[in-house]
Amino acid sequence: MNEASNRPGLAHEHQDAVDTIIGLMTRLNHDGMVTKRLPAGGFGNTVSVEIVNPDEWGILARTAREHKFRWVAGWIVDESPDLQRFRATVMACFEKAGDYIVFRTRLTARQSAVPSHAPWYPGANRAERHSRDAFGIEFLGHPDPRPWLRHQAWTAQQFPLRKSFPASGTPLAMTPPDSGYPFESAHGSGVYEIPVGPVHAGIIEPGHFRFMAVGEQVLNLEERLGYVHKGIEKRAEGRDPAGLSRLAGRVSGDSTVAHTWAACMAMERAANIDPPPRARILRGILAERERIANHLGDIGAICNDVAFTFAYYQFTRLREDWLRKNQSGFGHRLLMDRIIPGGMAVDPGEDQLAAMVQEGIGLRRELDELRPLLDDNDSLQDRLMTAGILPSETAMALGCLGYVARASGVDFDSRRDAPYPPYDLVEISPCCRHTGDVRARLDIRYDEIYSSLKIIDQLLARLEPGPILTEWKTPVPESEGLGMVEGWRGEIFCYVRFDAGNSISRYFPRDPSVFNWLALERLIHGNIVPDFPLCNKSVNASYSGHDL
Amino acid sequence: MVLRTLYKILKVGVITEPAKAFSDQELENLGQELKSIIDRRFRGSLAIRQVDAGSCNGCELEIHALNNAFYDLERFGIHFVASPRHADVLMVTGPVSRHMQHALVTVHAATPDPKWVVALGTCAVTGGEFGNGDSYAHCGPVAKVIPVDAIIPGCPPTPLDILRSILSLIKN
Repeated sequence: MNEASNRPGLAHEHQDAVDTIIGLMTRLNHDGMVTKRLPAGGFGNTVSVEIVNPDEWGILARTAREHKFRWVAGWIVDESPDLQRFRATVMACFEKAGDYIVFRTRLTARQSAVPSHAPWYPGANRAERHSRDAFGIEFLGHPDPRPWLRHQAWTAQQFPLRKSFPASGTPLAMTPPDSGYPFESAHGSGVYEIPVGPVHAGIIEPGHFRFMAVGEQVLNLEERLGYVHKGIEKRAEGRDPAGLSRLAGRVSGDSTVAHTWAACMAMERAANIDPPPRARILRGILAERERIANHLGDIGAICNDVAFTFAYYQFTRLREDWLRKNQSGFGHRLLMDRIIPGGMAVDPGEDQLAAMVQEGIGLRRELDELRPLLDDNDSLQDRLMTAGILPSETAMALGCLGYVARASGVDFDSRRDAPYPPYDLVEISPCCRHTGDVRARLDIRYDEIYSSLKIIDQLLARLEPGPILTEWKTPVPESEGLGMVEGWRGEIFCYVRFDAGNSISRYFPRDPSVFNWLALERLIHGNIVPDFPLCNKSVNASYSGHDL
Repeated sequence: MVLRTLYKILKVGVITEPAKAFSDQELENLGQELKSIIDRRFRGSLAIRQVDAGSCNGCELEIHALNNAFYDLERFGIHFVASPRHADVLMVTGPVSRHMQHALVTVHAATPDPKWVVALGTCAVTGGEFGNGDSYAHCGPVAKVIPVDAIIPGCPPTPLDILRSILSLIKN
């Protein structure tokens, strides 16, 4: 299936994609590496390549880095022929200029190690530790031997995502706390340590932060996450498409639309079906509504963290209005379970759609009025400007996404750079800033709300009457699909693989938080401890989306 | 600058419910009833400590909404506190992940008696999409880890659902 086949200029664009990838593969083959191009299947425009010798997995990362590819995701698929013999396929996705390429290498029953990508891509560090803890695959040359996903709920000899591991596990009645984790430490006169969490002093998700500070200044911050690991990848196995769609909607509640959409896109590609045009446009409208709701909340919350409560009450008011319209138009305030495999579960009436245009005009007017009250407020700007600077090179090296990357001049947006329906129909105004501070991350959100309102208007104008659901077709066993969706935090990546009878064999969602959490550790350097909540809120990475 | 800010505040006016969105002043009536009980039984103040024990963060969004100007929870004498040691009520979300199990038990122990535990959201009540606890990764509903006094189902429950449930908790 080629969802973008009606898009003008595709032939040209696709040619570019193929050129880039052929260039990379030629380079790989010059190094003596044997590669096999696999049929695209449910990968759409994404090229799929197998690297025959797993020992060459590291050369792939080195070459991709040299060619300035972005490391999108890395994951493992258990392809064991039976429960006694574990056989893993190691997979990784790269992107450059909107072209995605998926590599895989198959390990034999005797192999359980591949070279690590982390030496070239720091963003791969935790992802590979996640895979190591969950599958027991070693990543050779990985700079960090500590566990990441695993606390004390299972042992170092247990690998919960292997098919041979029972979903119920062998838990103790009381899981002990993970108190022995070896954090980085610092010594010297006046250096002190501040442990924070997992339970924080607010209505917020749990995680642990370990600060090293001298006086007020943060010397180092180390995150310890994984507290809300719920076993989503395991829980997905054996579900039917509708069940996976519901689960995907709960990977990170604030991104329920984007994660559900990515999972449905992957499943639909695997099943080779296309949602009807009306459903595609409605999906786009939902994703933009989700973006606006979250940005409104975040702008208010960032201002609240520096005690500018006026803005907090104004923006939470606008958010509440917006959520109530979600309820009246689509039947759910956060838009959960509105997207389903094959299309949409709800179709708002014409009245609701007409009201949405008015709603957009009203919100624009409010935003126009409020913006100078933020911009011209010296005491507010004094706290936001130069706080938590993320340099552009760091954002790029870590593979940061969404507003975190765009505030630091790394302007990738999958809606524009790798357009999927309905974004092939609309013009997306660029939103990019270069100072990389908290102010830039607030301004980007402001800009993106305007941009999303414009997209919603364009989509509403394109909306024709018609069906909203395509009949589901059971995919053949071993069908795979990819979904890439620009959620409000940035690009969400998702891989789905089917067994026989509509049953999910593997679901791997990658939230942008995986990379943006790394940014927080860097951008806090040299800031004062009391600015941590502000810096953290300006990044607002998801704990649940990271811990899965 | 200050004048323009004040002008905006004046122009928006008081939006705190009663608004047309809920017929028959439901929120206002609920709130008044709540307030009178809180005044009588809690000397005017009910302190809630929220604990995310494994939630997807959807419930947290709706709990946050209780503090916006529409619901303005504090006017009824209910407020969210930063420490369990200051709390009358623990409001727990999520299926309890095994990695949070110990922390939740510790928080519960740190909350002074008498205390109530509210399991908020379908996951906290039944385990929801994540199941009732037959998992290597989580223990299922909150009641499997600490005693629960009241439940607020919903995925997530709306702010009004939450208000209603707090009322019925303190009434009984």
